[in-house]
Formats: sequence, structure tokens, C-alpha cells
Amino acid sequence: MGDYIILAISCILVNNILLAQYLGNCPFLGTSKKMETAVGMAMAVVFVLVLAGVFTWLTEAFILKPFKMEYLRTVSFILVIASLVQFVEMFLKKSIPALYAGLGIFLPLITTNCAVMGVCLINIKEEYTFMQALVASFAYAAGFGLALILFAGVRERILLARVPKPLQDTSIGLVTAGMLSLAFFAFKGMV
Amino acid sequence: MAKSITQEFVKGLWEEIPPFRLVLGLCPTLAVTKTIQDGIGMGVATTFVLVCSNVLVSAMRNIIPSKVRIAAFIIIIATFVTVVELLMQAFTYPLFLSLGIFIPLIVVNCIVLGRAEAFASKNAVMHSLADGMGIGTGFTLALAALGAVREVFGSGTFWGMPVFGPSFHPFSFMIQAPGAFVCLGLMLCIMNLVGKK
Repeated sequence: MGDYIILAISCILVNNILLAQYLGNCPFLGTSKKMETAVGMAMAVVFVLVLAGVFTWLTEAFILKPFKMEYLRTVSFILVIASLVQFVEMFLKKSIPALYAGLGIFLPLITTNCAVMGVCLINIKEEYTFMQALVASFAYAAGFGLALILFAGVRERILLARVPKPLQDTSIGLVTAGMLSLAFFAFKGMV
Repeated sequence: MAKSITQEFVKGLWEEIPPFRLVLGLCPTLAVTKTIQDGIGMGVATTFVLVCSNVLVSAMRNIIPSKVRIAAFIIIIATFVTVVELLMQAFTYPLFLSLGIFIPLIVVNCIVLGRAEAFASKNAVMHSLADGMGIGTGFTLALAALGAVREVFGSGTFWGMPVFGPSFHPFSFMIQAPGAFVCLGLMLCIMNLVGKK
């Protein structure tokens, strides 16, 4: 049990997917201008990433490995993720319309979110067991949400500040992300 | 009005240069630009995928039904990424190791899918080829520039060779994650300063 907690902390804080592993940065900058969109994106990522982590692990263990087809990993993982996103979208639309309305346009965007694909590949690379992969997927997704929501809060404040013209928008966003990343850097070496 | 093939190529070098003008494909930009070699290697790999997928998507644009086009594009892209992955493993093994997980992640690089959807699915094969080459070259240049800045200040070397005297203390902030963000942000600022009226 203790091992899982350490794994979770290391995935959320120390190896934060956005700020330490540089994955999923396009939605990080794209959806962090407003708090609402940031929360929507964070929820959608948590939802899909846990499912994708589990399903790609199963694909690797029961299809690719036994038939020695590891070289097809990229193609098969992206197919699994794309069809999973499509399925989740249809399922939510039918059964939980409120959540579907909340996640809205963020669901389809997740297919090309490299955080999802990245975590699935990390799970395989680190040779996690099924439970470890499940915990790691959830913790990475939680770390994504944490960083995204913190960053959205900072960015809303920046809107009120007077930023020099060439630095506006994405540019100041990236510098701010750097500062946030520096803060997360303090967790290095903790686990 | 359709532009000439040369114009399609040139626009990728400045007017629409990713990741500055089109803010897409940030993850590889930030992650693999610790040294200039890695930056160029990633740029060339992405360019290869971009050119091949643009050509194939454009050639098949009338056959693929529009409802399943995104899925079809992703499979086309994934195929070429697998090709690149295997080629790099065979011929440039050190580069393959240092880029690591970011080679399969070219699949989810928004630049590639973005060009397939926004350009190649609507334009002729030769124009798509030029567009892919242009955007790819622009991306490679951007990665090389960022890689050069980070390598010179972060490790005090350029293409593996030391540039400063032995008294230089490397500014290791630059090769860490925070440095990547700040450096890209400042480069974007300089681009805005130079490029905008």
C-alpha cells in the first residue's frame, strides 16, 4: 500500500506530467485562459486517462506481447485511445448528459493530447504491473489537473496586469509556466 | 486564389512557422531541445512524417469519407511514425535513445494532424508536399534555434564542442524544465518584437 502512495506522490508532484515531463502542453496553454475551461479539460483528462491507461496496458499484455507485435504499439495505442474517446463520448451523451455538457468540446480534443498517449507509453516503459499502471494513470491525470487549474488561476490574474505588447498572451503564458515549473522543481528528490 | 508551390513552401519558414506563429506541437519543442542535435533530429523526423502524411492524405482526399476522416488521418500518421521509429532504431540508435518516448509521440503532435486536416485534405498533392516541407523545415529551424540557445547557455557547448573558456559555469537552469518554458516564452516575445508591425 505504501508503495502505491509513494508512486502516486511521485507522479503527481515530482514527475508532474505538464511541468516536469513536458507532456500535454498544447491543451495546457490552450485551455488555461479561463478557469471554467481549465476545470472542464482537467476532468475530461482524468476520466479518459484512467480508462486509456488500463486499456492500453491490457492491449500490451494480452495482444501485443503474446504475439510479439510490440512494433505495432504506436498504431494500436492510438487506435485504442481514439476509439475509447469516441465510446466515452457516446456513452456520456446517452447516460449522463449533464457531465457531457460540462466536458463538451474537450473530449474529442483528448485524442491528440500527448499526455494521454505519453502516460500509456510510460506505463509500458516502466514495466508497471496492472495495479501500478492504474495508480500511475490516475496520479498523472491528477497532477495534470492540479497544474492546469493552478496555472489558470495565475493566468486570470495576469489579464488584470499590464503586460508589454510583445510579451502578451502565449509568450507571458510560457514564462509564467516556467515559474510554476520552477515551483514544482522544489519537489525533485523528495521521493 | 491558389498560391504557387513556392509560396506554400516559403510561408512555413516565417509567416506560419510552428511553434511560434502556430502555437502547436509544444511538447516536443520543450522536451527535446536540450541540445541542438536532438532538436534537429526531432525536426527531421517530424518533417518526414509531415511530408509523407500530407502527400498520402492529399492523394486520398477524395476517397476518405468525411465522417471518418480524422480516424483515417491518424492511422496514416501512425503508420509513418512507426516507419520513422524503426528507421531511427536501426540507423541512428543514440539519437533514438535520447529522444525516447517523444518519437512515438509524433503521432499526437498537433502540427501533423493540423496540417492534414487544414491543408492536405483540401489541396492538390504537389501543394501539400510543399506545405509539408515548408512547415517541417520551419519546425526544424525553430527547434535548432531553441536547442542552440539552451545548449550554449545550459551546458556551455555548441554541437558538443565547448564555446566558453574553462572558467564558464553552465547556467543549468536552461536545460531543466523551467528553463525550457522561459526560453521559449522569451523567444516568442522576440519574434513578436521583430515580426509584427
